[in-house]
Amino acid sequence: MAGASAETVEQVQEVTSQKYKYGFVTDIDMERPPKGLNEDIIRFISMKKNEPEWMLEWRLKAYRHWLTMTHPSWQKVKVPEIDFQDAYYYAAPKSDEDRPKSLDEVDPKLLETYEKLGIPLKEQEALAGVAVDAVFDSVSVATTYKKKLEEKGIIFCSISEAVQNHPELVREYLGSVVPYSDNFFATLNSAVFTDGSFVYVPKGVRCPMELSTYFRINAENTGQFERTLIIAEEGSYVSYLEGCTAPQRDENQLHAAVVELVALDDAEIKYSTVQNWYPGDEEGVGGIYNFVTKRGACRGDNSKISWTQVETGSAITWKYPSCILQGDNSVGEFYSIAITNNYQQADTGTKMIHLGKNTRSRIISKGISAGHADQTYRGLVRVSPKAENARNFTQCDSLLIGETCGAHTVPYIESRNRSAKVEHEATTSKISEDQLFYCRQRGLSEEDAVALVVNGFCREVLQQLPMEFAVEAQKLVGISLEGSVG
Amino acid sequence: MASESALEPFTEQYEALTGAGTLPGDALPWLKRLREEGIQRFGELGIPTPKVEVWKYTNLRALERTAFQPAAGGTATPSLDTVPSLIGEQAGHRIVFVNGRLHADLSRLDRLPDGARLTSFAKALDEDPGLLSDHVGRIAEGHDDQAMYHLNSALMQDGLVLHVRGGVKVEEPIEVVSVAAADGEPLSWHPRHLIVLDPDSEATLVENHVSLGGGATFANAVTEITVGAGARLHHYKLQDEATTAFHIHTLHGRVGENAFYDGFGLTVGGKLTRNDLHLRLEGSFSDARLNGAYLQRGKQHCDNTTLIEHCVPDTTCREVYKGALEGKGRAVFQGKLHVHPDAQRTDGHQLSQALLLSEEAEIDAKPELEIYADDVKCSHGSTAGELEKTALFYLRSRGIPYPVARRIMVESFLGGVVEEITTESLRTAFMERITNWLSQASD
Amino acid sequence: MSMLEIKNLRAEIEGQEILKGLNLSIGPGEVHAIMGPNGSGKSTLAHVLTGREGYEVTGGEVLFQGRNVLEMEPEERAALGMFLAFQYPVEIPGVTMTTFLKEAVNSIRKARGEKEIDALQFTKELRERCKLLNISQDMLRRSVNTGFSGGEKKRAEVLQMAALEPKLAILDETDSGLDIDALKTVSDGVNRLRSPERSMLVITHYQRLLNYIVPDRVHVMVRGQIVKSGDKNLALQLEEQGYAEFAEEAAA
Repeated sequence: MAGASAETVEQVQEVTSQKYKYGFVTDIDMERPPKGLNEDIIRFISMKKNEPEWMLEWRLKAYRHWLTMTHPSWQKVKVPEIDFQDAYYYAAPKSDEDRPKSLDEVDPKLLETYEKLGIPLKEQEALAGVAVDAVFDSVSVATTYKKKLEEKGIIFCSISEAVQNHPELVREYLGSVVPYSDNFFATLNSAVFTDGSFVYVPKGVRCPMELSTYFRINAENTGQFERTLIIAEEGSYVSYLEGCTAPQRDENQLHAAVVELVALDDAEIKYSTVQNWYPGDEEGVGGIYNFVTKRGACRGDNSKISWTQVETGSAITWKYPSCILQGDNSVGEFYSIAITNNYQQADTGTKMIHLGKNTRSRIISKGISAGHADQTYRGLVRVSPKAENARNFTQCDSLLIGETCGAHTVPYIESRNRSAKVEHEATTSKISEDQLFYCRQRGLSEEDAVALVVNGFCREVLQQLPMEFAVEAQKLVGISLEGSVG
Repeated sequence: MASESALEPFTEQYEALTGAGTLPGDALPWLKRLREEGIQRFGELGIPTPKVEVWKYTNLRALERTAFQPAAGGTATPSLDTVPSLIGEQAGHRIVFVNGRLHADLSRLDRLPDGARLTSFAKALDEDPGLLSDHVGRIAEGHDDQAMYHLNSALMQDGLVLHVRGGVKVEEPIEVVSVAAADGEPLSWHPRHLIVLDPDSEATLVENHVSLGGGATFANAVTEITVGAGARLHHYKLQDEATTAFHIHTLHGRVGENAFYDGFGLTVGGKLTRNDLHLRLEGSFSDARLNGAYLQRGKQHCDNTTLIEHCVPDTTCREVYKGALEGKGRAVFQGKLHVHPDAQRTDGHQLSQALLLSEEAEIDAKPELEIYADDVKCSHGSTAGELEKTALFYLRSRGIPYPVARRIMVESFLGGVVEEITTESLRTAFMERITNWLSQASD
Repeated sequence: MSMLEIKNLRAEIEGQEILKGLNLSIGPGEVHAIMGPNGSGKSTLAHVLTGREGYEVTGGEVLFQGRNVLEMEPEERAALGMFLAFQYPVEIPGVTMTTFLKEAVNSIRKARGEKEIDALQFTKELRERCKLLNISQDMLRRSVNTGFSGGEKKRAEVLQMAALEPKLAILDETDSGLDIDALKTVSDGVNRLRSPERSMLVITHYQRLLNYIVPDRVHVMVRGQIVKSGDKNLALQLEEQGYAEFAEEAAA
């Protein structure tokens, strides 16, 4: 007993001294502070990022609010309890020594999938995290892009850089679409977000290329609490691609990103996502929990925000990319493909909040469920009393493969304006034996036949993706369903 | 959590009634247990708030704020001269309840065929307790989260009992008139209805809910139905109570093999109406129609919440709800189709359509599919909007004045679902009520 | 060597025997027709030959260019060069005809150990085939069979046959549901695809089709067996006499 308590005292002292260290010493060589979440950790993160006082205050405000919140419980998604004190909230970027030196050191299973997706060798190396300098001159690629964008006055950088270099923009817009108090996971993100992207497109500028996290050098290690902010000024246009088709592994099980989009008068933002985080194995062990808050504000008249997503990964997905249609004549779109196989669970959909006159929204959701997976489309269309002539069309189709999966459709439709027209349609079906036999008679294997039929089912959404993304996404659809038949 | 003050009047009522020993069937252990469970679960759950997902769009605060007294039995026989019958005055079977209790003088039960028994819950407790103990509380089993159901179980005193024996067909419709009569203080009651159709029997039941007197009322009804193998039940309901009436109706039905449940509900009356309809298709090749229409104006609120469960292979359902709203009228439609694992070849379709005729009307729809079997054909659709402008203009350009044109269009819109009523005379009666409602001046 | 050799083939569905010891031999480049009344097992034969699930083969052999195909998957048989023009072509929404055929051709080439085809070249060839077969090129951009009229569906089957260049084409009631003009277009298409290397098995209920696709041999099928074989004149004889006589023969 005496020994044990001596040990305890020692531990306490250790903890206290660390606390002291993080709190007051700036010059520490500690890349990974201990597990757990408290104000000191948040101060540490803010300090490491050299953030101004207002940023730290905002984080702390969020953290204090988070402490008053409870973990949400959902109807259809079963989430094991998460111990938020048993996680790291800050990790410095990996050094080159920790990385694989070449593809020979990378998990062959991962490489096999890259191969199937048809990803070029150089890109495979980058994706697998092979030490970048060894493979290609990333700096020069980045420089070319940066120069092009700079000429147009477009800012595309990490959010950490933006806090340093464009504090006035970050301060004005951060949290203006997803407030720090929005929901349990968004609030947590506001307190501890590590990095993410920042895009600013000035008035009247049409961004000349698809912006992608993939080409942003410091896109790595944005960590589990990614924060993205995109601002499209009057009359501007930008198309942003997030994620990639290649399977992504991560030690962190919980991912709680926040994405905020702001479109001013006549501006348009197109945001495409391919999410392929590790879904866990065939038995449902492991896998990422992906709890994301994505919201766009069509603040200006005639503005447009379009979300396109292909969700194939993660053990649990919980996300509803939404549009707040404030400006008159503004348009919101949501195109979604969600595929769940084995023991994956997904609860995804959108919210279209019609506030302005003549606002229009369109929702096309294609859900495919196989194995023991469970999937829910959950969507809200709300027409406020002032949204004269608002229009919504929703089409929600589910495809079931096998007898042990589930597919659910839960739309909420709230209309408070008589001139508004809201239409919702949903169907559930399966791939018919006839279709499979027809394809096989023409020479396709059963797996290819399933992939082809499913791709056809998803066509309306795949067409919304930028060309190069679409081709890979099609292959991904097939790969995600491997082993679901026969 | 349930707020104590809101529950108090009801728990007090329960204690007073059990204490006085005036609740019927006091000596029956099964009924006593049901009541005890009821009041306990109600106490735990409390009056539903919008935080409860299935009550998201219907707020019972106004109900909580009204001090309802339990309606006493033995009230004077009211005159039904002002209540038009849905089946015609001369013909047919008729059973009348006033504030939830049977009024034998106003009823006409002598022409039922052998094998069909139509009586009240209170009488059946004496005459045929076996029928009740076999079914009451049993059909609804498994819905532990319905507070209003449990409140009914605790406080139920009377209601309708219909039992049709195997192979018997009741040709003429049975009209069930439920009168809400309150002149002074607000009154409440909790009627409990039981409908048992043995295999291969058939009956048509039409409920007619009306008000007399201008007082506030609260009817919290529960209906339990079993449709045996090969049996057919046509079950129609007109909610035509005054705008001082709270009306909550929880229905649980089980449909057997090859059986047919054909339901239709029209809501034109009530201050707040909630129909909580739950059907389980438990036998293969069973078929359910669950249709309805609603017309609300002023500050009326009507909520149709339905759940159809497909429990076995080869079952079918069709559900269509259509309505039109004026003034600050508000309607809620929540419909869920639930396909259980192994319920292959389920064929289920659902449609909700609402017309908003005024600036302040509101519709909230939540059509839901929950599917755990792969070989199914299920769909739902939902629309909300105003009258087609070009069609309206077309009618007016032919010289039809606006109010008439509007009436014609709403009539034809609702007519599409009223058509689903299989008994022609009833179809006409319901359509007339719609026309009549539309001819009344809107506010 | 025969193109197709069917020996004493027996097959059943859900315990009911449909094919009762059927024999048939088709040589390279030959066009054979099988005629028979409803329920004689004609479509079952087409499905058993191409490997559709739900049929149990209880006896006999099917040799395609000398190889027994009965144990093979449908796609393996397709890769060998067996093609079925379906009586009821299946809709595949969202998949264009071009994509579908490209997938099919590449699958077959892969199975044969050949290289993938060049996408642009393939599309160009498809357009030419459309022209040759008198089929609107619009069809290539539309989803497979989705919203097609009866005639369009059958024409699409012929187009697929042209693109996949099979060694044996089985035409299952290709004439059903076609008016005379559509029948002519489809038959013209089929005739263009006749070649010394390609055999055909034309399954039909009516003699009418055989006025346009003239067969080398005609077989009468009754109750799961070939009861009579002859040249094209047998079809005319059938048209006059009906199946009744042959049915008696089979019963005897």
